[in-house]
Parts: sequence; C-alpha cells; structure tokens
Amino acid sequence: MRPLPELTPENTAFWTGGARGELMIACCNDCNTAIHPPQIVCPACLSRNVAARAMAGTGTVYTFTVNHQPWLPDMAVPFALAVVDVDGAPGVRVTAPVISDQPETVQIGQRMQIRFEAAGDVWLPKWQPLETGACA
Amino acid sequence: MTMGKAAITGTGMSTIGRNTGRPAMDHLLEAAQQALASAGLTRADIDGICTYPGKTDNSPGQSPLGTGEVRGALGLKTRWHSAVPDGPAQMAPIMVAAMAVMTGQARHVLCFRALTESSSQSAGRRASIAGAGKPQIGGWLSWLVSVGAMSASNWAGWMATRYFHEFGMTREHLGMVATGQRQFALMNPAAVMQKPLSMADYHDARMISSPLGLFDCDIPIDGAAVVIVSAADAARDCARAPLRIEALGSALQSQETWDQRPDLTTMGAHDASADLWARTDFKPADVDVLALYDGFSIFVPMWLEALGFCGHGEAKDFIAAGNIGPGGRFPVNTGGGQLSGGRLHGFGLLHEACQQLWGDTGARQVADAKTAVCGMGGGFIAGAMLLNRD
Repeated sequence: MRPLPELTPENTAFWTGGARGELMIACCNDCNTAIHPPQIVCPACLSRNVAARAMAGTGTVYTFTVNHQPWLPDMAVPFALAVVDVDGAPGVRVTAPVISDQPETVQIGQRMQIRFEAAGDVWLPKWQPLETGACA
Repeated sequence: MTMGKAAITGTGMSTIGRNTGRPAMDHLLEAAQQALASAGLTRADIDGICTYPGKTDNSPGQSPLGTGEVRGALGLKTRWHSAVPDGPAQMAPIMVAAMAVMTGQARHVLCFRALTESSSQSAGRRASIAGAGKPQIGGWLSWLVSVGAMSASNWAGWMATRYFHEFGMTREHLGMVATGQRQFALMNPAAVMQKPLSMADYHDARMISSPLGLFDCDIPIDGAAVVIVSAADAARDCARAPLRIEALGSALQSQETWDQRPDLTTMGAHDASADLWARTDFKPADVDVLALYDGFSIFVPMWLEALGFCGHGEAKDFIAAGNIGPGGRFPVNTGGGQLSGGRLHGFGLLHEACQQLWGDTGARQVADAKTAVCGMGGGFIAGAMLLNRD
C-alpha cells in the first residue's frame, strides 16, 4: 500500500485542488513569494497573509528519473518521476509521476501539463507531456 | 571550533552480514565490547550514550534499538543520554556527544548505530521504504512517497540526472566509484561483498532508478557499530592515540526537501562542508583518508565537490584520474564503503576512517594516515567532521 498524505491546514489546498483540476500553490499575498511545501507564514517576509492560488498547471522538467524497481508488490514499472519547475511559481517544483507509455523519452526542458488522480480523500498530481516545446 | 576538546577513543563493528538471523542487540553487544576494548575502557567508564535516530520502525529494521535498551543490556549508569533523529545526518550523535563531553555532561559517550534491514524485510515492507504499509504519511516524506517516489534511489536518481545533464558525467564515472570501492572491499574481510566487480558487471546490472543501477545502491545489512567519544583530558588515558575532533560542520541553507533546493547538483553537504572548513586551519590538501556517504554512488562526487577536493562539476575528471581508489591521493571509503561493505548508515564509514588513523587496516592501509574527513548524509541531510591524530 502506498501511503497517502495526511491532510493539514497547510497542505489541504494542494492535495484537494485536483478535484477542480487545479494546481494550487501557496503564495504570499503581500510579497508574492510562492511557497512550497506550503506553510502558514511566508519565509521571505514573515507575513501570515498566505493563501493558495490556482496555477496555470504547466511547467518545465528540471530533472527526472525512470524508476524500474517495484518497491511495492502492486507497483507497475517502469515509470518516470519528473521534478517540474511550475509556471507562475518561481522557485517551486512539483514532483509527480509522468503519464507516458515511453518513460525513457522524458527529457530535461520538456513541457508538462498537470493532471490529477483521485485517491481516498486526496487528488494526486501527475505530469502529462505536452506535444510541443521539448527542448534541453 | 571543537579544536580537539573532544576525541574518538574507540570503535567497534559487529560481524555484519545479510540475513544474519542475529538479534540487533547481539550485533550491538559485539560492537560495544570491541569498542571498549579498543579504547582500553570498561563499561564503568561509560557515562553517556547517544544514537541516531533512536528506536523507530519507520522502515523495517532501520533502527531497532533505543538508548534505553542498550543502557539496560550493558548495565550502564549514565549521566547523560540522547537520541538524535533530527540533526546533521548520521553524524548527529557524534556531534552532540562531542558537545556533551565539552560541556562536562559526560566523560566517555558510547555512540551507536544498529540496523537489521536485511533480515527485517518482509512481503510488502521493504527496507529503506519509509512509510510503506502505513495508510497515511506526513512531513517531508509525504511529498515524495505519496506521489510514488518511494525510494531514496528515486531522489538520488533525479539529482544524478540533473548532474549528468549539467556536467557531462556518465555512468562510466559512477562505475569507477563502485568498482573502486569493490577493490577496497576485496582487501577487507569484513566487507559484505567479496567478489570482484568489473566495469562490465556494473553496466550489465539492472537499472533501479535511472541513471542509478544496482551497483550504484548500497546494501542493506544486519549489523552494528559503536564509536566512543571522550573528553580530551579523559582521552589521554585511553589505549590508543586520541583521534581529535578538529572541526564539525552542520550548516544547512536549504529546505527540508529532496526536490526544492535551487541547485540540485549540490546538497546539504555543500553547506555543511563550507561550515567545516570555516572552523579549522586545515585544508583539503591535509587530508589522508576520506569517508564519504555512499548510500548511492552519485553522493561520492557530490561530497568530493562539497568538501572542495575539486571544483563544482569537476568530480568526474577527479575520479577518472584515479584519485579516490586504491593507491589514489585521496582514497575514499577504504573499507569498501556502503556500496560494497554494507549500509551502517555512515557509522561503518567512520569506523573505517578511525581504523585507518590507528593503522589497523592491513592490506588497504594508507601509509601514515593522520587526518580523515567524514561527510555523512545525502540530499538535505548532511554533517561533516575532521579527525586528526598526532
């Protein structure tokens, strides 16, 4: 069994935004710093005026790995995990599995679109490669 | 900083192995008695005890013993005890023990690490897979495990991918780390792996999490190691030359994550290493022996760069030039490391470095080794230490 995230006041927006198809990233309403993992205070200016905002849901692969080892009995392999720089949220990366029949084709610089999969009371992010814009 | 006010005076390591069937305490007792003997101390001299991370079943066999059980088993009457799950890596108990003896809380601290990851694996619960088998998980692990990045090999894998991309390193370079450490292991009867590993073997092995293959990953084992940290004045009475803790480095500038550090071709190691050298007049050129955390092979080049043995992005050439293997100027993990010796979470690497400084490592002995640097941890977890003897 893969453990699901425990929902907290800080992370609920992120893990449930997928119900609406939205990638929710905590942002400071005073200085606009994007904050991930989310927290109730802005680490840049210490403002408590922090709220999650819906991002465009796109991003660029910063790095990735292709996992070949089934760590759990029901884990289907191989699959790629991409660490993606999120558009509109400077400094924030979201790591998620890549939706692809050919995980070996994932590249640094590739453009991605967020998707979600419901699991229990959360929506887990996945990255889907966009057709165009791949470059390293 | 510590300037020799604390010292390592004894070390011990159990007969480690895979699926030993021995209880963790059996391993611990073997290591403890060896450490006491090497220091010329008795249990009555031990007045402090410390471990990393403390008793936990977060992943199977990761840390089956706490300070309470070990105090009880050894009949210790301590003046100070602590477990350090949250600190500068596997180095943390050595660091806090050094601070304990420097502040007079204790004279001789028994620091230990025990693992039964090999024999504790069971269906659906692999060693090193934190949180597996639990319905929910919190903290920094949740951002990784919940999305399917269950293994540290995934986290190290994507760091390696980025590093390869930026600096032109290839699997051939990591293969040099793995095969070089295997050469050391063949000179160490205590190492788990005792058969040669060729570059062809390395390339032929199955992929685990690209670009890391089977021999880029360390080996879960059953075993225990003990390191005795003593106050400098008390260390003078011990059986062997005190290994002075010249400096410690534990700085951390980035978040508690494996994916948000702005430059993932660096790690917490870079922060801790800069901190280490800022606290001593020693330089990398003064170092004779290196103990660098090799949970995954990629950590070795990253630690080499972090500690300033070469520049950022230069580790591939530094390794290819033969610097870190047998006969090299800066030999790394001379006991075989965790890649070929088995994973004692840094304590095995530290044990080997101490044995080198005491001249006890037989065929793999580095001539007149006096100074060792230890870099423990990967990702955001890092601690560094410089040891020196007269």
